[in-house]
Amino acid sequence: MGSVGAKEVPVLLSPEGLRIDGRKLDELRAIRLQVGTLHNADGSAFVEWGANKVMAAVYGPREVHPRHLQQNNKAVIQCKYNMAAFAVDERKRPGLDRRSQEISKVIGEAFESVVFAEEYPRTSIDIYIEVLQANAGTRCAGLVAASLALADAGIPMVDLLPAVAVGKVAGKIALDLKKEEDNFGEADLPMALVPQSGRLVLLQMEGHMTEEELSRALDLGVQGCREIYEKMKRALRERYSTGPVGGSS
Amino acid sequence: MSDEVSAEILTTHILDLAAEGKRLDGRGPDEYRPITVEPGFVATADGSALVRIGDTAVLSGVKLEPGKPFADTPNAGVLTTNAELIPLSSPTFEPGPPQPGAIEVSRVVDRAIRAAETIDLTRLCVTPGEKSWVCYVDIHVLDHSGNLIDAASLAAVSALAHATVPAKRFEVAEADYPLEVNHFPIECTFVRLGDTIVVDPTFDEERAAQGRITVATDEAGQVVAMQKGLVGAFSPDDVKDVVRRAFRHGERHRALARGGSA
Repeated sequence: MGSVGAKEVPVLLSPEGLRIDGRKLDELRAIRLQVGTLHNADGSAFVEWGANKVMAAVYGPREVHPRHLQQNNKAVIQCKYNMAAFAVDERKRPGLDRRSQEISKVIGEAFESVVFAEEYPRTSIDIYIEVLQANAGTRCAGLVAASLALADAGIPMVDLLPAVAVGKVAGKIALDLKKEEDNFGEADLPMALVPQSGRLVLLQMEGHMTEEELSRALDLGVQGCREIYEKMKRALRERYSTGPVGGSS
Repeated sequence: MSDEVSAEILTTHILDLAAEGKRLDGRGPDEYRPITVEPGFVATADGSALVRIGDTAVLSGVKLEPGKPFADTPNAGVLTTNAELIPLSSPTFEPGPPQPGAIEVSRVVDRAIRAAETIDLTRLCVTPGEKSWVCYVDIHVLDHSGNLIDAASLAAVSALAHATVPAKRFEVAEADYPLEVNHFPIECTFVRLGDTIVVDPTFDEERAAQGRITVATDEAGQVVAMQKGLVGAFSPDDVKDVVRRAFRHGERHRALARGGSA
């Protein structure tokens, strides 16, 4: 995808079945999750995921701006995904482009599906996602960061939202694509899972997959999300445990 | 306020009906409203199509003009898709910069057209790095009665399928020639109403929906794009089911995109 007339295609899969960075097909990149990284925000989190660096902040529940968006029976959830101009190889024009607006919309809708918004009528819960360094999978990293930030802000939710992209690389279904695999791979399928219900609240896809491949990709993505879910819970415990695990508090 | 109340009542009614496998307009869960495709609706465009799905009407016009290829793809032409939800089409649309809803429609349509390689962009290149065709696909929603994505993508693909490259007008070649269309991606949209997943939602069904999902398939048996939208969730098995259904509807709509119908 996106490789029309582009440079040479790198070898994405070795004869031993290893990927460009030595990972197996069902292996995630290294993920580091930190909760409560910003002073001013009501909730925040920083995610380093492979070569992605994504910060998320949550403000609210607070007064709604602009006022006319206010809902009498629930909180409005406003999500802004933004990418820094320096986050990609070729400088990105700063500000709102259509890609970020679409991503903001689908991530916002994913959170609206799990947040108990009716607990906070006439308020706004504002989610800000800033991609500081991008290397494929930024919407999933942003979702994970925002989900942790919401938990950090104490917003009641059905569950955390782990997210990951599955793709097709050199004809094989692979978990968690990095940049080269995304640029030269054959398909990309980001998703976010509600672990409690086993349902997907974010799902997009671009590329080429048969019905059978898509079915396997969904199953692999769910498996990946469950792995990330464990990491997310651990990160929250680290933030809020007051002593060594098992110690007195 | 009374609008809100009546919408609320209608939503409850739609969900009650869905629980019995029924729909407000009498359709089955896997049934589209009548679809018509009218290619060549706009003579000033290089390609165009007016698509109606029930009361939803969407017009797409294609314009080609010479321009410069992007620096990172010197051997390819440029394709841009833009959707406008103009105030004429619904009391809920206001003039101004494109709203997230309109952006999502154009992005999802664009994604299917691009991923399916509907047009071989390298064939739009005239002189590498210097001159290439820029193909604008503009989508105007005329009447919004639900399922804009399917109507918009059918209109766009149909307009491309009937487009002419105006090579003579721009003195690029001796004569105009038909735009080469290699693949026909077809988007198929479903919404969840309770435990039922119905195809081709109306405006009121979209408002009642607990999640929307679009699947784009091509004629070679490939899924080329998907988009989940609105608040709501789908299980992996739900997704597998709608993919199967999308392939079946795709076959029929593809014939309309190629040929047009009345």
